Parts: sequence; structure tokens; C-alpha cells
Amino acid sequence: MIFKMFPAAELEDLFALLAVNRIIGPISKGLNKDGHELFDFDHVTDFSHLKIAYTQTIHSAKKFCLPHHEETSTFTFTGDDWQKEVDFGAHQPLVLFGLHPCDINSLNKLDKVLMDSIYPNPFYGAKRQNMLIIGHSCTPQPACFCQSMGTDTVLAGCDLFLTLLGDDYFAEVHSSRAYHLLEQLDCWEPGAKDHARFRASIEKRSDSFTNTVDTSDLTKILDMEFASQVWQQWGERCLSCGTCAQVCPTCYCYGIEEKVDMDLSRAVKNKQLYSCNLIDFAEVAGGHNFRPESHTRLKYRYYHKHRGFVEAFEEALCTGCGRCGTSCLAGITVPEVIASVRGGSHDA
Amino acid sequence: MTTKQTFLGVNVPKPRVAFFELSSCEGCQLQILNNEATLLDFLSMVEIVTFREGMTEKSDEYDVAFVEGCITRKDEEQRLLTIRKNAGLVVALGSCACFGGVNQLKNRFNDLNWVKKEVYGDHPIDTQEAKPISTLIDVDLEIYGCPIKKEEVEDIVVNLILGKSIDHPKYPVCMECKAKSNICLFDLGEPCLGPITRAGCDAWCPSSRLGCWGCRGPAPEANIKQLLHICNEREIPMERVMDRLECFGGFSESIEQLRRTEGR
Ligand code: SF4
Ligand code: SF4
Ligand code: SF4
Ligand code: SF4
Ligand code: SF4
Repeated sequence: MIFKMFPAAELEDLFALLAVNRIIGPISKGLNKDGHELFDFDHVTDFSHLKIAYTQTIHSAKKFCLPHHEETSTFTFTGDDWQKEVDFGAHQPLVLFGLHPCDINSLNKLDKVLMDSIYPNPFYGAKRQNMLIIGHSCTPQPACFCQSMGTDTVLAGCDLFLTLLGDDYFAEVHSSRAYHLLEQLDCWEPGAKDHARFRASIEKRSDSFTNTVDTSDLTKILDMEFASQVWQQWGERCLSCGTCAQVCPTCYCYGIEEKVDMDLSRAVKNKQLYSCNLIDFAEVAGGHNFRPESHTRLKYRYYHKHRGFVEAFEEALCTGCGRCGTSCLAGITVPEVIASVRGGSHDA
Repeated sequence: MTTKQTFLGVNVPKPRVAFFELSSCEGCQLQILNNEATLLDFLSMVEIVTFREGMTEKSDEYDVAFVEGCITRKDEEQRLLTIRKNAGLVVALGSCACFGGVNQLKNRFNDLNWVKKEVYGDHPIDTQEAKPISTLIDVDLEIYGCPIKKEEVEDIVVNLILGKSIDHPKYPVCMECKAKSNICLFDLGEPCLGPITRAGCDAWCPSSRLGCWGCRGPAPEANIKQLLHICNEREIPMERVMDRLECFGGFSESIEQLRRTEGR
């Protein structure tokens, strides 16, 4: 790996170099009722709007390659003939500026299902491959448990990863594109002192996690606890609102709907991200619903993420970003659900 | 169904459509008229034979009747029975027709004569409890909203013509709200009925930083108990939540149940 250092003040120059493209980054959405700033990812045209020291965004960055709504194809009818047009929606390259490790890892996880599987999803892939990603170090928040999920560091999936060390950035260069970008900044080769600063900083971060999930033997424990009472208790609280999946960086389930225009000459096929917590998620043709009760749906969300996906890919479909728990009005959080299923009390 | 039109070379009906209003503000009908960009397409897809708000001609021969408004008078009952007799398909248009709408707020008072006196003084007027149209006739299809969302009505009519099934979203407003990346009203300390209200409006109110008032009625299996708990936890006064739950009539059954079980 190639490492570089550059003055933190030059982040603006890096932004300017990339600004010929569309830049997506963390921005402020105002304050909540307790005076805490809320953040989200959005298009950023002005460096002063970029909130690089953000805590966590409400939504993940997945919507830029996996939008909540997407027209997958359009059909034009002439007489009894029809023509189909497909638009993968990758109209311009995107720069994702300032993703935290959890969010870079979430895209790596989505890639496994949506790009590297036997049925790749070209709508996702086209947009995903048209991205440049700049990662940025973070300060673990009370809801963050990425360390437990092994997603607190980045091995791949970005072009550049920046760690703020006082007034300087320590840059991990993951691609030649990033290398050439850095050539245009006042970089220097990190020396032993910089290495020591970097190591001290990551150690400090590692020690600052306050939230954990015990994932040891979790696939087996989930199998054993399939009939556990705790599922009913969480199910009673669940609003079946789908918020957890909407804000989750790794949820990818969707529904398809066809819509015909009023003049009957055109139709579109719409894709909409869905959630396994929604009441009709397991409803099939004929009207039978395999999971009519809220606790069975909530349970399957956990089984997909922490059992099925682990068995298929040797990793969980959860980065520990904590968004679902933060946004869930009923206060249903992954650490608490898993601790309750394991039977121990959760000591986070 | 009289005139024909084609879809992919196949003949499909062009239904004769009539619009009627009972007790309502006529806002739902206005919604149909006020999207000029698609109005002509809508008019060419169906044959409108009665629409007091948009034309002077009338006819008693129609396939589909859209009924806006709730029942509050005796003469409305008679009109509704006639509509049911004439129409193949009766559609309840908007929350007044579906649940009684804002009008049903008066049902909260035990003494309706007192309500009448407060509002109309000594003016003689025939007004009774506000009731959804399904209390008198069979309704084939309900279109929710106060007002209805024009795009939704357009989609429904296209699906009717093509013989496709008509499915309302079963998920609550939160799904649409999150898809729009709105800030949750609860983060701002405000109440919102989004988690229990049937979606379809594209999170109209939360997108304008107003919490949902539940105009589309409850989503299937809405977890109202949990929502009340959530509001309570956040010290949102119960009256504020009840005001919303009672506003459009969609939640009246659950409210009655609440009153019975918890003496609210
Ligand atoms: S989940 Fe981990 S990587 Fe993500 S913001 Fe929190 S600490 Fe950082
Ligand atoms: S777990 Fe929470 S966010 Fe998810 S569906 Fe249930 S109530 Fe909504
Ligand atoms: S399940 Fe929750 S904590 Fe895990 S990735 Fe999704 S939003 Fe983040
Ligand atoms: S503002 Fe209302 S609709 Fe939107 S997420 Fe919050 S509770 Fe749901
Ligand atoms: S947000 Fe609620 S009150 Fe507003 S239009 Fe939608 S359902 Fe009706």
C-alpha cells in the first residue's frame, strides 16, 4: 500500500480537483430537538457545505447506486407492437466524498450480491462502477458497533482513505486514480513519526467503542433460538414501518410495479426498495401471507443479516453502522435484539 | 361501457364516469380538475357524463360513480341509493366518503342538537351524524386521502380500464417519508401519525415538515398502541395525538377500542 501525507487545509483543493464531477458528501440537515446536528448525504457543490467531521448520516449512501425508486424500463406501444428501452441510470460519474469505513464496507457487501453473484444487477453495477470513493476517518458514536462486525477498517472498496491526524491527513492510496489526484497536492511521504501518529490515532479510536455485539457462534444460536419468546416481545413493539431497511446501507430488497400511462401508449416498470418488515413482504399470488405477524417478519430481518448471509458469504449483512436503531421510533436496536436472543443482558 | 379504445391492439372499455358530491368541501373533485398537464389525457381515457364542478351536462347512465363526501342529510341517503342503482362500480372518493372525513368530528359530541344550534343557530337545517357512504351502500373501491392524490386516481382508473388489480400500499407513510430523506418529525419533537397511516400520498405532510394527520386512515395492522407509547415517551401531550387520530375518521374504530380498554 502507498501512504501519503498532506496538510488538512488542502482537503479543499482535493474537493476542487474533483468538483468537475458530481460530488456526494455529508451535509447538515439542521438540529434536532436536543440541539444535536443531523447529517445526510447529498450533492455538494460548495466545499463550505461539506461537513467532513460529521458523526453519522441519517440515511446511507446506498441510494446513489440503489435508489429508493427507479424506472428500470419504459415501453412504447404502437398498434399491437411495442418497444422496450432500458436505462441503467449511470448518467454521470459520482464522487462519494467522506464515507466512513462502515459505509465503504456496506458497498462491498452489496457488491457481493448485486455484482458478483450469478444474477448481477446491472442497474446497481452501472452506477457502482462509475464512482470514485474517498473514505474519511470517524469518531465512534454511541450507536456504532462496526468493530463487532469487522467493518471498522477499510481493506478495499475505496480509492483513497483519509485519516485526520491533527493538522494533517494520512492518506491510504487504494487506486491509481487516487495516486494521480494526490500528485496535485503538497504531499509528502510519511516517516516513522507519522506512522507512530497514525498508529496512536487508530488505537485511540479502537479503544473508544462503547457499543458491542457478540457475534460468536451467532448463526448457530439463532437456529437454536428460532422459537424464542424474545421475538414476540420485539414484534409487539415493531411498527412494521420499514424505516430500518430504508436507512440501512445493506438492505436491498425491492418490489416491481408496472404502470401504464393514461393515453395507453407508454408504460414503465418501476422498482421500489422494500422491507421485510412490511406486512405484505411475504404475501404471494393468491393472497397467502407467509409472515402475517410482525414478530416473524422482524425475526427474518435478523436471520437474513446474521445467519443466511453469513452462511453464504462468511460475513454478516450488517456493518454495525447503528442507523436502524437510531431511526427506529420503537427503539429496536441490533445490539439489544441480539443480546436478548443470546439470553444475556446487554451491557452496552 | 359504450365507446372503445385500444391497448396493444386490444379493445378496452372507455367507461362512462360520473362524479357526485355529498357533504364535502369538493376539494377531491377539484384535485381531479386542477392538474392541467394531465387533464386532457384523463378526459380522453374516460367519458365523463356528470361532473357538476366541471360541466353543465348531466346523465343518469354511467358505469363508474365517484362519490365524494359523507352522509349528513336524509336527502343524501336517497341520492346515494340512486347512484348505487345506476352505477356498475361505486368508488368512495376521498376520506369523507371513506371514513366521514373532517365532518365526522362533530360525532364526538354526545348532543348533536347542541352542535347544530352552535353552528346554525335557529336556522332550520337537516343535519345528522356524519357517516361514511359504506354505512348505507356497498362500496366497490375506496380511494383515500384528504384530499385524494390525483396521480393515484389516474393510476387506479388506468388499471380499472385495463382490468388490472387495484392495490393500495399496505405500508405506512414512513416508507415514503424515508425514501424522500426527510428529517423525522419526532427528531424535532413533533408528533406524526406516519408510522400507522396508510401510505400513498408520497408523505405529503412530513415532506413539508408537518407531521402526518392520518388522513388516509390506518395501515393494515397499524400498531397504534406502540405509537401512543412512543409519543408518551417523548412527552408529546396525548391530546395532540388524539386530535390527529380523530381528525379524519379513519381511526375511529381504534379510538373507540382505546376508550373502552383504557378509559381515555
Ligand atoms: S459504524 Fe464504525 S465506521 Fe461507521 S461511523 Fe460508526 S465508528 Fe465509524
Ligand atoms: S424495527 Fe423499528 S424501524 Fe424497523 S420496521 Fe420495526 S418499528 Fe420500523
Ligand atoms: S442492520 Fe442496522 S446497524 Fe446493521 S448495517 Fe443495517 S442499519 Fe446499520
Ligand atoms: S416524519 Fe412521520 S412519516 Fe416521516 S419517518 Fe418520521 S414518523 Fe415516519
Ligand atoms: S402525510 Fe398523512 S395527513 Fe398528510 S396527506 Fe399523507 S396520509 Fe394524509
